[in-house]
This record gives sequence, C-alpha cells and structure tokens, in this order.
Amino acid sequence: MATIPTPAPRARTSAATGERRSWKLTTVLALASLAVFIPLYLAVTMALKTNAEASSGSGFALPTSLHWSNFSTAWNLVHFPRAAAVSVVIAVVAVVGSLAVSSMAAYAIVRNWHRKAFRYSYFYLLAAMFIPFPVIALPQVKLTALLGLDNPIGVGLLHVLLSMGFNILLYTAFLRSIPFELEESARLDGASTWQTFRQLIVPLLGPMNATVGIFAFLASWNDYMMPAIITADAQYQSLPVVQNIFAVSLTTNYNVAFASYLMAMLPTLVVYFLAQRWVLSGVTQGAIK
Amino acid sequence: MTAPAPAAPVSTATSGTTAGTDTRRRRPDAAYLWMLFPALALFTLFVTLPALVGVFFSFTNYAGFGSWKWVGFENYRSLWHDSTILGSYQFTLLFAVVTTIVVNALALALAIGLSSKIHLKRGLRSVFFVPMVLSGIVIAYVFQYFFSFSVPAVAGSIGWTGGEQSLLANQDWAWLGVVIVTAWQAIPSAMIIYLAGLLAIPGEVYEAASLDGASAWRRFRSITLPLVAGYVVVNSILSFKNFLNAYDVIVGLTGGGPGTSTTSVAMGIFNGFNNGDYAYSMANAVVFFVITVVISLLQLRLLRGREVNL
Repeated sequence: MATIPTPAPRARTSAATGERRSWKLTTVLALASLAVFIPLYLAVTMALKTNAEASSGSGFALPTSLHWSNFSTAWNLVHFPRAAAVSVVIAVVAVVGSLAVSSMAAYAIVRNWHRKAFRYSYFYLLAAMFIPFPVIALPQVKLTALLGLDNPIGVGLLHVLLSMGFNILLYTAFLRSIPFELEESARLDGASTWQTFRQLIVPLLGPMNATVGIFAFLASWNDYMMPAIITADAQYQSLPVVQNIFAVSLTTNYNVAFASYLMAMLPTLVVYFLAQRWVLSGVTQGAIK
Repeated sequence: MTAPAPAAPVSTATSGTTAGTDTRRRRPDAAYLWMLFPALALFTLFVTLPALVGVFFSFTNYAGFGSWKWVGFENYRSLWHDSTILGSYQFTLLFAVVTTIVVNALALALAIGLSSKIHLKRGLRSVFFVPMVLSGIVIAYVFQYFFSFSVPAVAGSIGWTGGEQSLLANQDWAWLGVVIVTAWQAIPSAMIIYLAGLLAIPGEVYEAASLDGASAWRRFRSITLPLVAGYVVVNSILSFKNFLNAYDVIVGLTGGGPGTSTTSVAMGIFNGFNNGDYAYSMANAVVFFVITVVISLLQLRLLRGREVNL
C-alpha cells in the first residue's frame, strides 16, 4: 500500500540539523503553489463578476459585488443537468465496465498461465496500451454509428476498452501475489470457479478495484476527445464538451463562461478533497505496480 | 515497474497435488473461458477490427462515404509532401520532448521539496495534486483567458512591452503556452511516482552521507538521482506517450493556431475526417501509430536496463 498522503516517518537530514523543519523551503513551495492557485482564483472571481468587470483589466481584481446569477445563466445555457447526467452515464459505464471486464479476464489469465491460449490472449490484450485513440478514431466513428453506440454508453465502453491493457496489467500483477492455497480449500469444499471468483477473489481485489475505479472515473469524466468525436447527437454531449459553447459562440461573456467552467470542475474537486487519501494512494499504486 | 515480465504463476506449482486440480491441468474450466471472453470479444470488435479496416482504407481513396477504389501507397506518398502534416509532426514531437523534460524536472524538484522537512506538508501536497483531477479542456479555457488578458494587462502596467501581446497569438511562441498548460496538468501524476520513489529510500543512507560530510548537492547527485533514475524512465515513457496524443488542451487553448502552428497530429487526423479525407487521414493515423509503437518499444528497451531496486 502506498504511503503518499502521510508524512514520511523517517528522518531525512543529519542529526546536526535534527528535527528542525525548514521555513525557507516551506516558503519556496508555498510560492510555487501559487501556480496552482492563480488559475483557480481566476475561475472563482471571474465567475462572480458582472460582464463589465469581467471584460476589462487583468481579471485579478476582486468582484465589487457577488454576481451569483452567472451560475444560473450558465446552468440554463449549457443545460447543465443534462450534460452532467451524460457525464455520469459515461463514468458509470467506464468504471463498472473496467472493474468487471478487466478483473475477470485477469483472473482467468493468471490461473491458466500455463496454457498457451491464455498467455497469448494476455499479450494480445496488452497491445491496447500501444494504440492511441486517434489511430482508430475514424473507423470507430463509423462502427459505433453502425451499432447504435454513438452515444454516452458507447463512449463509456470505449474508455473500458482503451484502458483495458493497463488495467489487466494491474490486476494480473496483483492477482499473482495472492497465494493459490487460499482458493484450494474453497475448491475442495466444492466451490465452482465462478463462486471462488465472486466470494473469494473479488473481496481480495479491493485495493486494486479502488485504483482502477479512480483512474477510470478521472479519465472518463474529464475526457474531451472521445465524447466530442463519437457522440452524434449534440443533446448527449458531456460536461467538458458543452464548455466550448462559450469558447466558440460567446467570446465576450467571460463571467458566465467561468461560472460554467467552475461548475464543470467542481464535482472532481469536491471528490478529491473528500477522498484525498484514497485517490492518492490509489493512483500511486497504479503508477508503481 | 515489475509488470511486463510475467512471473511463473502459483497455480502451476501447486496444481497436480490433488485429484481435483489435476483435471484442471488438462482442460480449462469453461468458466475461465467465459471470464476471458468479454475482454477478447470487445477488444477484437472495437479495437482490432477498426484498426484493420482503417489500415485497409488507407490504401484507397475513400472519402468516408460513397464509392472508393484502391490507390496503393498514393496517400502515403502525398503525406510526405504535405507541409501541414509534416508541420504537425514537427510540432507534436518538439512539444512532447520539451514537455516531458519540463514535467520531469519540475515534478522531481517538487517531490524532493514535499518529502523534505517542511511545515504544512499535508496541505501543500494536497494543493499540488489538484491539477490532476481537473479536465484538460476546461483548464485550457481558463488559461486561455489568463494568457490573452491577464498577462498582457499585467505586462502593460509594469511597462514590459514584450508581454503586451498575447503569447497565444504569436505564431512562434504559442507552443510555449501549450507546453505550460499541459505541464501544469501533468506534473502531479509524475510527482506522485517520484514521491513514492523518494519515500522508498531509507533515511539512514542520507544520515551516513551527512556524517561523511557530503553536501546537500552531493547527496542529491550521488544518492537521490541514481535511486530515482528508474522512476525517471517510467515517468518519461508514460508522459511522452500521452503528450504525443495531445488534443484536449490544444483545442481549448489555441484551437491549433495561430495558423496551424500548434496543430498536433491527433488534431490533424480528426480535421481530415471532417473535411472528407477519410483515407488520407487514415494513412496519417497508420504512420502515427508506427511512430508511437517504435518510440514506445525504444523506451521500454531503455527501461529494462535501468530498473533500480533497494
């Protein structure tokens, strides 16, 4: 398990400098963190300004009064509830699909590694990591249209498939560390393969499920490329995609545009601050494995 | 980092000891086949098949609709003489190289800072990871305002004439804006890998070095750097591959402009599709795929020799 969010317990400096913590380094890092804060500050203050305030000056000035109506204007203009619902559908399909398809495949592969067919399937599926979406995008547009999948469900499905190589890699590495003896007794008691998988393996996969789930959520929720290209009906566009209504057609309404940007960013920000520990340890686990 | 080389599975070692598992050796339980089937079927239908169909059409003059005929390598020959396409490769490669270097240097510096003895460690860490969870295109829209209005306004008020024009409107420098925003978003995921790497180095190693009189710089060069070298390679591979596919940030920031100066290969492929150049764009995609695979394999080779364990 990763230990990122908690401070390192070990002493890093010599006994001479001892337990003293450096204010100098803290200041440098605090200044560096402005690089993160400035765009966020802009997003928040701009979203609360009047149109006149927003379209003059550097954007750094605080709003004279809080103009909350920008949010309702943006809410209606981009049909926010609908776009958010589309994003939710994409994310749910991507997360649930990734967890189910990749963990099952990885389990079958690990337990049958001595069979050629499973071993070759593994390398075949791993190839997904080498295929960038732009390469298959054009035929994909035709195929999804043909199958009636040129919608959020299809976009979610594509996320499942394009991350499958990496997810199977994570799951197989994790499953190899689970001793087979654990399953042996279940099998002697007469459990079938499906029962063993559901009742024994799935609960053990907990930490890896969290990792795969977090990756799948962040990637699918924030993606612009796939929904923009695959989704045929403009009504079923996701949150990131509807943002370019402002960028393309309303180039002067910066206050409303920023209110919309802020609303699009908020869900992941809130989730991040509530579940920081799990998000960070999950992402670390995925990265290091 | 242990992943691609599969270890011998536990099952082969233990099966065969009882009658029950013996049968498993000969014929796989049908359940295993059903577990693997969805992955194989979906992957074949939605990845392999479209890829093969796409490669086939890259040898035709198909417009995306209507009739078509076989033209051999015609599309590939035209690519070679297409200055817009060549420009997009030039931009994408330059951008990917520069961004990889910037991201890794800053991510490593921040990771070292955040793993040192500092105040507010938890809070600072939380802040630096924020960009990771935000949507690239939305962030790009925010930065677009920042570069177009905030920077010029501030530059004007402090009398810096060079900064009064938007960076993004400058044909020669717009790429720098794309690098900055992409790096802003990509630094956290590289940083998290470096942090994990740094935390794995035992503190005693540093203490011993300090007692021997090694300076801070010396400790960094002789201890930290060699021990995180493996992570540098992992990060470079992961980030370089992502940057080659650059799309979201560019759409939000410059739309590929000014002119075509920040048009990435991915954008070029999609644009071609909208203009009815299906086959031509597909040829571009095939070339792009080959380049990506070659680069990935080279990097993987490099990775093999550089794994560092403690």
